[in-house]
Amino acid sequence: MADASLAYVRTAPAPILPAPIFSRGAFAWMRENLFSSWTSGALTLILLALCLWLIPPLIEWATVRAVWSAPDGALCRAHQDGACWAFIAQKIDYFRYGSYPQGERWRVDVTEAIGGVLIAWLAWPGAPRRAVGAGLFFVAFPILGFILLRGSDWFGLPVVETVLWGGVFVSLLTALVGIVFSLPLGVLLALGRRSPLPIIRAASVMFIEFVRGVPFVTVLFMANFMLPLFLPESWTPDRLLRSLVGAALFAAAYMAEEVRGGLQSINKGQFEGAMALGLKYWPMTGLVILPQALTLVVPGIVNNFIGLFKDTTLVSIVGLVDFLGAVENAFKDTVWVGPTIAPTGYAFAALFYFAFCFAMSRYQAFTERRLAAGRR
Amino acid sequence: MAEPSQSTAASALYDPRVRGYAYQALLLAALVALVWSASHNVYVNMQARGVPTGFGFWDQTAGFDINQKLIAYSSQSTYGRAFWVGLCNTALVAALGIALATPLGFAIGVARLSPNWILAKIAMIYVEIMRNTPLLLQLLFWYNAVLKALPAPRQSINLFGLIFLNNRGLYVPRPEFALGAEWIALAFLLGIAGAFAWRRWARRRQALTGKQAPVGAVAAALCLGLPVAAYFAAGRPVGFDLAHQAGFNLSGGVQILPELAALIFGLVTYTAGFIAEIVRAGVLAVSKGQGEAASALGLHRGLTMRLVVIPQAMRLITPPLTSQYLNIVKNSSLAVFIGYPDLVQIFAGTVLNQTQAAVQVMAITMGVYLVISLAVAFALNAYNARQALKER
Repeated sequence: MADASLAYVRTAPAPILPAPIFSRGAFAWMRENLFSSWTSGALTLILLALCLWLIPPLIEWATVRAVWSAPDGALCRAHQDGACWAFIAQKIDYFRYGSYPQGERWRVDVTEAIGGVLIAWLAWPGAPRRAVGAGLFFVAFPILGFILLRGSDWFGLPVVETVLWGGVFVSLLTALVGIVFSLPLGVLLALGRRSPLPIIRAASVMFIEFVRGVPFVTVLFMANFMLPLFLPESWTPDRLLRSLVGAALFAAAYMAEEVRGGLQSINKGQFEGAMALGLKYWPMTGLVILPQALTLVVPGIVNNFIGLFKDTTLVSIVGLVDFLGAVENAFKDTVWVGPTIAPTGYAFAALFYFAFCFAMSRYQAFTERRLAAGRR
Repeated sequence: MAEPSQSTAASALYDPRVRGYAYQALLLAALVALVWSASHNVYVNMQARGVPTGFGFWDQTAGFDINQKLIAYSSQSTYGRAFWVGLCNTALVAALGIALATPLGFAIGVARLSPNWILAKIAMIYVEIMRNTPLLLQLLFWYNAVLKALPAPRQSINLFGLIFLNNRGLYVPRPEFALGAEWIALAFLLGIAGAFAWRRWARRRQALTGKQAPVGAVAAALCLGLPVAAYFAAGRPVGFDLAHQAGFNLSGGVQILPELAALIFGLVTYTAGFIAEIVRAGVLAVSKGQGEAASALGLHRGLTMRLVVIPQAMRLITPPLTSQYLNIVKNSSLAVFIGYPDLVQIFAGTVLNQTQAAVQVMAITMGVYLVISLAVAFALNAYNARQALKER
């Protein structure tokens, strides 16, 4: 076929040229994602300028211009264009423990460490014997925590009054008590709401809708001002306990709606199959329905927990000193007063809450992906 | 076939219906006992502490002043009047919060899906920061670290001599209406009616002939142009009272309290983060083919979003969006932390402390929030029933 006399016919294949520079590598990516059109390109430039204008000063404020160590606020008042991390360093123990006595603070550390280990055990999907972990977390840990934190003469631990409790550990305590008590209560309420028995259903619906319809602040006010009125004169529950009860009841209503969603998504055949096997209501619920329903709502439960953890900041309205309350209290220290103290304190608090909540939201996304993978 | 009589007792014990009645009777008895003992204790405790047990305090003189009131109120007014002042202030925050958070949330939600990488990333960072820090922290930050750090009134930040910003709040011009101002309102209403009529005509003509007519521009011209024309025709009946320096403070204009500004700003930026996620989820749930079909028809991205994707996404967006609106109403109670006089701060705070009538005051306060929540829930159910896909 190939006739050598025809000069215009190629005898060798053309060399393979690389794609034009604008359609490969970083250039192509930028063209696609940053400058795909005139408006997009203009937007990119404006946003880049905005970032350059905002971010470097912010980083400088937090690092090179900041005061890292100082005995009191004088140096921070002198450097008003930088953060005052020295204030945080000075107050960090107060932020963590509140006014908990110095010599007893190891008890808080031990409780937090045990709680951390148990939560990791429960949260890690492939962990061995998670049922044991759940039992320890929901039953043994609250009792142990109570003995350690409050103290007991039987174990030779001096009693620490709850008015001295404060800081991060009160925030964590409120959130954990909320979750430990709201989960079983929420399951019961959700089952009650789906019960065929009208009085049980009505009672559950009324509780859930009442609590979900009012702000957490009013629930705390109610727990604080009205709980003592509802109880006989002789039992006046302490201030912390009242708020914990309020937090647990509040969280239970939201948990109940989460669990109800899980119960509703269980196929009817599961109920019928369990009944055909001769299971009665409680064995059917406990062995067949709840294990499936609760697995489905793990992301929702984590989401609720994030909300609850953020809501714990509100307990300062009834006089408790949570982490944010401790930060606010520390602002009143006249030794440290200055214009950079409040922004520094809020920045530190924001980092703390962000670290916790962001980690939990990543975990939530992970559980969601796991569930989705199983259902594909 | 009569059953053996000795087994009826045992079978009644295992009869699920009988058991159901027994459980319910037990629960009812427990609830009645709880309510009875609680109310008994409340009565005894209130008597012992000399706390009023009725609602007589409602008509007593409050004796405290409130620094922001939308309805007439003075320290000579009653506690009942103070309740209405607080409720109006809560309603103001809720209405402004909803009106501002919705467009911001939609904009950020759509920005997260933008093909522009840097815009999408900035929107993502915004959403993550807002959703993962407590609202109270944000409110305190805006109030204590930003608004309190503004200059004193004498060094107010001045925008064209119209708007002043200082640590006592934001001052904007106050309109003063003279005789003839009602013509402007009338012209505005007429403009709105005209705009709707124009849109109807344009749509009908497009359906019949395919010819398009500009709707947005004409509507804007009608809604803005008619009032402006009326303003001049009626002899300029509206003047503006500008804020101006008077001694150490500003006088005149409308002063927006820093508490209100911080509360609105904090609520709006926080809730917008949640609304953005709802919008994003709703848009992503619309089948991809819808967007592709719209581009195949030649609609550009903005029109595809507005005419094809968002209307379908609204069905998914509305229920969680409504619950975010309820959250704004409920979260407005955080006003109590920064001293904005809302319902909780005035009524469950000051009035409760002065009268000591904790049970009555808390019942009324919670009742208000409950009524709002239930009313919105019913409205939402009705809307959902209307909007749900009509499947065969």
